[in-house]
Amino acid sequence: MLYNEPSPLETKVLSRRFGIPNSASLNTYLAFDGYQGFQKAARMKPDEIIAEVKASNLRGRGGAGFPTGMKWSFVPRTSPKPKYIVVNADESEPGTCKDRVLIENDPHQLIEGVLIAGLAVDSHTGYIYIRGEYRYLIEVMDKAIAEAYANGWLGKNIQGTGFDFDLYTHSGAGAYECGEESALLESLEGKRGIPRIRPPFPAVAGAFQCPTVLNNVETFCAVPAILRDGGAAFAALGIPKSGGTKMTCLTGHINKPGVYELKLGFPVKQMIEEVGGGIRNGKKMKAFIPGGSSCPVLTAAEVEGATMDYDSMAQRKSMLGSGGVIVMDEDTCMVKAALRIMRFYAHESCGWCIPCREGTTWLKKILQRFHDGQGTRNDINLIGDISKNMLGRTFCPLGDAAAMPTISIVEKFRHEFEDHLNGKPCPYEHASHMVTV
Amino acid sequence: MTFSPQLEARFAKLLTSYPPGRQRSAMIPMLLYAQDELGRIPDELVAEVARRVGVTPLQVDEVLSYYSMLHRKALGKYHVQICTNISCLLRDGDKLWEHACKKLGIGHKEVTADGQFSLEEVECIGACSWAPAVQVNYDFHHFVTPEKLDGLLDSLRKKQ
Repeated sequence: MLYNEPSPLETKVLSRRFGIPNSASLNTYLAFDGYQGFQKAARMKPDEIIAEVKASNLRGRGGAGFPTGMKWSFVPRTSPKPKYIVVNADESEPGTCKDRVLIENDPHQLIEGVLIAGLAVDSHTGYIYIRGEYRYLIEVMDKAIAEAYANGWLGKNIQGTGFDFDLYTHSGAGAYECGEESALLESLEGKRGIPRIRPPFPAVAGAFQCPTVLNNVETFCAVPAILRDGGAAFAALGIPKSGGTKMTCLTGHINKPGVYELKLGFPVKQMIEEVGGGIRNGKKMKAFIPGGSSCPVLTAAEVEGATMDYDSMAQRKSMLGSGGVIVMDEDTCMVKAALRIMRFYAHESCGWCIPCREGTTWLKKILQRFHDGQGTRNDINLIGDISKNMLGRTFCPLGDAAAMPTISIVEKFRHEFEDHLNGKPCPYEHASHMVTV
Repeated sequence: MTFSPQLEARFAKLLTSYPPGRQRSAMIPMLLYAQDELGRIPDELVAEVARRVGVTPLQVDEVLSYYSMLHRKALGKYHVQICTNISCLLRDGDKLWEHACKKLGIGHKEVTADGQFSLEEVECIGACSWAPAVQVNYDFHHFVTPEKLDGLLDSLRKKQ
């Protein structure tokens, strides 16, 4: 089901079947162009499939934005080892809830995307790693997989093409870190979700030390349309270097929060005002996070003229990330926001690298002290220094993810930290109390 | 240990889902599904899962302590999980959390005396656009207000 009304400003490619009765069923999928991309891909050479994905300018939708076609081309197809397709459905980046609606409303689209990836890299086995909290989606997915097997869309000699593919769901059990690709692969092998050092990258040594294509749910879900309608058609929806659409989650102080599929390059102002119905209670926007809590925070002035795509956000020293937009109004205490974000990273740090484990914990303590009115002027610099000492010094991006929003908040909202000095109560909220996890 | 036929069927499927010699992969899903049936992860389950996937109980214990959904101690019959992460916080998830603590008379990771409810302040559960969000066991509840939470908890209490 859908949890918010769609917007007329959406460009529905991945979400085109949303809202159709029984959209998760195979019959509905087939009635609305389902598995056509696979049929086409089955008649193509692997290099042609990868060329089509490259032409689409599809970039990883989980947050890193790496070009998908290029990622697939790194898999050594002639390796004697089995190759694996792994779907990252460990959606847990704060602000992000798009993979949930993609799986819930159209699980066969994901299966088709996985099958096409299998054809492209000569893989015959796939795993969908779904976060444990999404138990109902494991059931949705298992049902769709069973239906696909029963009707010859999975298993041996799929639809007479001679191509075999087996697909399994795999449940996580609560760990943000397992959304990081190498930690996910460790978790898939029944271990603690601790990142691996790279190289080798998963394309060469991924699941079970074999060549692996690992992409986010949304990335795989974009692939059927790319094969069906051609990479150029998908690319044309977006802007140069950012092809297609993005499932965008509007969250925070907005009138119409929801998940909307928008063309890449969609103007931020129009997204907030028209898609999201403006800021709640007629307030002004103070801060904007484009794609999940790991992205550097932008001020309202900085997003003037910005568009939702990789380059526009990079120019502003932030990231498109996962598409989890977090909008904060003028009454938001940025110290409290920084604290809550840091509490999350401190809780989720796997503890493997010292800069991340110690850095997030100390930053949480200092920010808590600050928000309680016990901070000192020197602490403001200390927050920035500790964050900068984490950047680039950890095995995986969790340390960076904790540091980036913090550095940006301290730099851009320093006056708010100063307003909390000398035991002054939080100017934005009285008697605020935060429970510590 | 003996389990329900449904759980045994799930275990059997899991143990054949991974490449030969990689049965350890089934460990985490097995623990989670078994926990759903038993209410917690006792020592004998650790030993049983270890035996079935071919590792030592210590290796199972080492892994399970990493994952926040795996519990050695029993939770309430209804495990109420309230998200206070940034998108929920901006829509008063923190106030909802405080309300829930007062209403149930327990705090983070505590269980009511009658064993019916447990409470946990959780990190992002993937319902950010429909915040504030709550999960009771595996069921999602969106746009939750203190009044809606009261109604939900009261209806669960009656269901006992």
